[in-house]
Amino acid sequence: MAGATRPQDKFRERPIAPHLQVWRWHITMATSILHRATGVALYGGAILFAAWLITIAAGAESYRYVGGLLASPVGQLGLYLLVAAFAFHLANGIRHFIFDTGAGLKPSDADSTAWFAILFAIAAPVGLWVLVTFGGLHR
Amino acid sequence: MSSPQRSMRTPLGRVRAYGASGQGTGTFIGQRVSAAALVILGLWFLISVVLQMHGPGFVDSIDFLTSPLNAVGVILLVVAAFYHMRIGMKEVIEDYIQKHSTKTLLLLLNTLVLIALGVGAIFAVLIVNFGA
Repeated sequence: MAGATRPQDKFRERPIAPHLQVWRWHITMATSILHRATGVALYGGAILFAAWLITIAAGAESYRYVGGLLASPVGQLGLYLLVAAFAFHLANGIRHFIFDTGAGLKPSDADSTAWFAILFAIAAPVGLWVLVTFGGLHR
Repeated sequence: MSSPQRSMRTPLGRVRAYGASGQGTGTFIGQRVSAAALVILGLWFLISVVLQMHGPGFVDSIDFLTSPLNAVGVILLVVAAFYHMRIGMKEVIEDYIQKHSTKTLLLLLNTLVLIALGVGAIFAVLIVNFGA
């Protein structure tokens, strides 16, 4: 570009590497972002898990709030979403294990396994719900 | 002395110790070993909870945690999950937080809070099983 030779341009901010806003969305980009997002969500889930254990040990009185939260509609929805987040992080983590061996990196393979991870994350909480409803001890 | 041209130090001497810390491979392996453990422990925990508990009640939770298999599984899950989480969150903090003091504080919290909660959670399982 002609403007690039003007002296004052020396002090202009230099362009940085292209980031999210200039890329056409593709599915492997979504799985990469989702892997990190679900990881952060599961970090919160693990803190909730620790709170469950610690308040149980502290007695029925201190467990009341955590137990009430888990049983409430918000808590149940949260647990459902945490199961979905776990399912995605699990499926995509296994995908990364495969990548670590050097396999599955062809764009078409990476795309189809990416879709598999996403579909698994949608199907797994439903499957677990079926197990709750028809499989275990019953209320 | 402050000008790089006038320094007596060689270019190699100046960049030494600013590079990789040499811990990357260990972290990489640790992340994957804990991930492999979590594939088993995470799936086991979800399915066991769903099959063995009626709901998130106090008595159900005590019943679940007083089974020796469940107690050992839950303790292993806490260890593997918290170790794995620390590596993941460290990477997220290092990627997104540029300010040195904030980054240092968050990395410190990431370590200390997880150790405190993890030890608390493991001790909680022991209390449930062996009494306070």
